[in-house]
Amino acid sequence: MDTQKAKMAEHFINAIPHCKALDMKLTNIGDGKAEMVLPYNDNIVGDPETGVLHGGAVFALMDTCCGAAAMCHPSSPSSTATIDLRIDYMRAATPGQSIRTKAECYHITRSVAFVRATAVDDDDALPVATATGTFTVQRS
Amino acid sequence: MARSRPEPVQVVKQRRDAAMSALVHGVPYINFLGIEFERRGDELTAILPFDDKLIGNPMLPAIHGGVTAGFLETTAVIGLAWSGLWDDIESGRITMESLTAGHLPRLPKTIDFTVDYLRSGLPRDAYARARVNRSGRRYASVHVEAWQDQRDVLYAQATGHFLMPTRDE
Repeated sequence: MDTQKAKMAEHFINAIPHCKALDMKLTNIGDGKAEMVLPYNDNIVGDPETGVLHGGAVFALMDTCCGAAAMCHPSSPSSTATIDLRIDYMRAATPGQSIRTKAECYHITRSVAFVRATAVDDDDALPVATATGTFTVQRS
Repeated sequence: MARSRPEPVQVVKQRRDAAMSALVHGVPYINFLGIEFERRGDELTAILPFDDKLIGNPMLPAIHGGVTAGFLETTAVIGLAWSGLWDDIESGRITMESLTAGHLPRLPKTIDFTVDYLRSGLPRDAYARARVNRSGRRYASVHVEAWQDQRDVLYAQATGHFLMPTRDE
């Protein structure tokens, strides 16, 4: 990955207060693809009885990662915003494990980016959630 | 036949508010975002007080899309759980003692959730209401609307499908 571009993207993600509050980290970015991780934390649990993370925290992770994938597409949009995002929750994330997500901008037009993402915990074979979304594309 | 005397209003209110508070404050993520619910009879309005940690775009600034999604999903789940619990609370099948002791009813599980971002979330309080369009024994479909300054100017809306908790007792 282009280190300068990666550094910039990392700065960009780290400047987002909500991502900081959730302790999200960007682990890889480039060519319309991005990877991020969300560490397990007791204060973002959605089911106190089982300790399973709330879907909202997973949504925030996948939304950010999809936005990052759109931003780093080779056609270089100057900025982006979510138009629509759908998440399918396929199973409960295992309590105590980090959530890792990979997003890919698989098509882009002058004004719209189409992005999809998958999220897993320590078990790579069985996704926790999948997402599909559309994002605005601002051209400078 | 004489009707039984209605319960004093404060008893009814106390029971409903205790049930609501137990339901909402028992979930760490809801407390993390700072979401509160206001109740008028059985109608609920969710409130998301603005906070710096909810920001997704520091330049504008705007609320993070993930926060909006979490806010709407919470509104949908609590709205759905509340409509299912109403009869249990009113009939006394769920008692205040059991609720305050932390015996929370199982919440519905999200199957899928689709958020439509209509406007950027401004750095101020947001409100949301859920409408249960269908609630069967196993599945439910819920629509949620969220607004900020003006009720008719939505900043986001969402639709989700939920798996209902199985009634074991």
